Amino acid sequence: MAAIATVPEVAPGPAASRPRPRRVRVWRGIVLGVAALYFLVPMAVSFWFTVHTEGKGLSLGAYTRILSTPGFVSSLLLSLGLAAATIVTVLLLTLPAMLAVRLGAPRLRPALELIATLPLVVPPITYVVGIGTALRGGTEALAATPFWATLIAVQDERFPVVLVLAYVVLTLPFAYRSLDAGLRVIDVRTLVEAARNLGASWPHVLLRVIVPNVRSAIASASFLTLALVLGEYTVAALLGYQTFPVWIVTVSGNDGQLSVALSIISLLLIWLLLLTLSGAGRKRQ
Amino acid sequence: MTATDGGTAARRGGRTRSTGWLAALPLLAFVALAFGIPAVALLLGAFTVRDPQSGLSSYSAANVAESLRGNYLATLLSSVRLSALVAVLGAVLGTFLAQAVVTSRLRALREAVLTASGVLANFGGVPLAFVWIATLGNSGVVTKIFGLGESGWSLYTFWGLVMVYMYFSAPLMVLVMTPALDGLRPQWREAAQNSGATAWQFWRHVGIPVLAPALLGGVVLLFGGAFAAYATAQAMVGSTVPLVTLQIADALTGDVLIGHENIALALSLDMIVIAILVMAVYLPLQRRSSRWLR
Repeated sequence: MAAIATVPEVAPGPAASRPRPRRVRVWRGIVLGVAALYFLVPMAVSFWFTVHTEGKGLSLGAYTRILSTPGFVSSLLLSLGLAAATIVTVLLLTLPAMLAVRLGAPRLRPALELIATLPLVVPPITYVVGIGTALRGGTEALAATPFWATLIAVQDERFPVVLVLAYVVLTLPFAYRSLDAGLRVIDVRTLVEAARNLGASWPHVLLRVIVPNVRSAIASASFLTLALVLGEYTVAALLGYQTFPVWIVTVSGNDGQLSVALSIISLLLIWLLLLTLSGAGRKRQ
Repeated sequence: MTATDGGTAARRGGRTRSTGWLAALPLLAFVALAFGIPAVALLLGAFTVRDPQSGLSSYSAANVAESLRGNYLATLLSSVRLSALVAVLGAVLGTFLAQAVVTSRLRALREAVLTASGVLANFGGVPLAFVWIATLGNSGVVTKIFGLGESGWSLYTFWGLVMVYMYFSAPLMVLVMTPALDGLRPQWREAAQNSGATAWQFWRHVGIPVLAPALLGGVVLLFGGAFAAYATAQAMVGSTVPLVTLQIADALTGDVLIGHENIALALSLDMIVIAILVMAVYLPLQRRSSRWLR
C-alpha cells in the first residue's frame, strides 16, 4: 500500500527533464497493447468458437450441453470430494505442526520449511512415477499380508484415497505459506498462554482461540487447495482416475465446442476463487 | 488424547519437549509415508534392471545411462531448451508489463492487470491447450479467418508450445516483479537524475542490480513451471514435439522395450536432478531479494 502511495511522487520528476514522459508513455502503450492483444484475443476467440457454428449461427448450446453430458456430475463430485478430503487433511496436519514449531519445538522449523519446499521442486509427473512404482511394488511385496487389502482399498476407483495423499503433498507448500502468513501476525504464544492460564483445554485453545484468529489464512489455504485439486490433471490421469480435468479430456475427443466451453468455465472458476480469496484477505485488514 | 496429556504437563509448569514433537508428528509421519516411500521407490527403481529372460532384478546404472543417451537425451535437452526460452521470454514480457503497470497512474489499470495475472498464472493444464487450439489450432477461428493453414502455420510445434506456455508464464512474472518494481524508490531515480545520469545509466547501475535477484528468481520459477508442465503439451502436441514429460508418460504406459521398463524412473530422476539444480539457484536468491525489497 505504501508503495502505491509513492507512485504519484514520480510525477514531479519528469518536469525536470522534459523529453522523458512522452517516450515513456509510448513504450508503455506498446507493451500494454501487445499484452492486451496476446491475452485477450484467445479468450474472446474461444468464446466465439463455443457459441458460433458455421451455417447454424449463434447458440449457447455448448454450455447447456455440459450438464447432460454423461460423466459430468460423477467426475465433478469426485473432484469436489477429493478437494474436501484434501483440505481437511492438509489443515489437520499442518496447523498443529506449525503451532508446535512456534510453541515448543522451534528446532523443527527447518524441517517444516523443507517439507513445504520439496513438492515445489519435484515435478508432479515424477511424483506420479514414484507413487505408481511404490503401489506396484507394494502390491507385489504385500500380497500375502493383511496390508494388501488396505493397499487395494486405497486405490478404490470410487474414492481413490491415494489421490488425496498425493494432493495433500502437492498442496503442502501453499497451505504452509498461507497459514504461516496468518500465524505471523498474531501473537500465538501470548494467546495460548492466556487461554491456558484461564483454564482452557488444548482443543478449546485450538478451536476457539487460534482458529478464529487465523480464519482468513485458513480460508485462503482452503481455496488454493480447492483450485489445485479441481485443476490437477497429471497425477489423476496417469494413475487412471476419472476426475473432472481428466473427464474434460475424455469428452474433448467427440465435441470440440463442449471442451472449449468447459475450458472457459474453468477460467471463470479460477477467477471466482481468486476473488473470494482476495475478499477474505481484505475483510481482515 | 495427546492434546489432553500435553495439557496436564503444561499446567504442571513447563512444557516438555515431547509435547511439541507430538503435534508435529502426524505431519512428519504423513510426509514420510506419502512422499518418502514414492521417492525411495523411484530411486531404487531407477537403478534396478530386470533381466527379461530370468526375471531376476539387479542393481545397475544402466537405466540412468540409457536415459542420458540418444533419443532420451534429445527429449531431455528439448525440454530444457523449451523451458529456458519460455523463462527468458516470459521474464522479459512480464517485467515490461509490470513496469508499464507500476509507472501508470491509473489505479484501475493496475488492479485489472494484477487480478488478470493472478488468474492467468493459475490457468494451465488442459483448458489452456483447448483455448489455444480453438484460436490458432488447425481448425481454429483465427487460423481459418487469415488462412494461416495454407501458409504453413501450425500451433503443434516447438514454437507453438513456447507461445502457449507464455500465457501463464508472463503473468506469473508480473506477479513476481510488481512488488520488486514497487520497491524501487523514486528517490533513487531522482538522485540519479540530479547527478546527471541518463535513463539508461540509471537502469544499468541502479535499477537492474537491485532487481536482479527478483528477476533471476522469476526466471527460475518460470523455468520450473514450463519444465514440469505435462497436461498442456499432452493435449496440444501429443508426441510431435519431444519433451521429457511426454516421454515419461509414454514409458509409464508401456511404450518401451521389454527389460527397459524402468526407463521412466531414470528419466524422472534426471528431471528431479535438473529441477533441484535450478532451484538451488533460486532459494539463496530469494533470501537476498527479500532483504532488499521491503
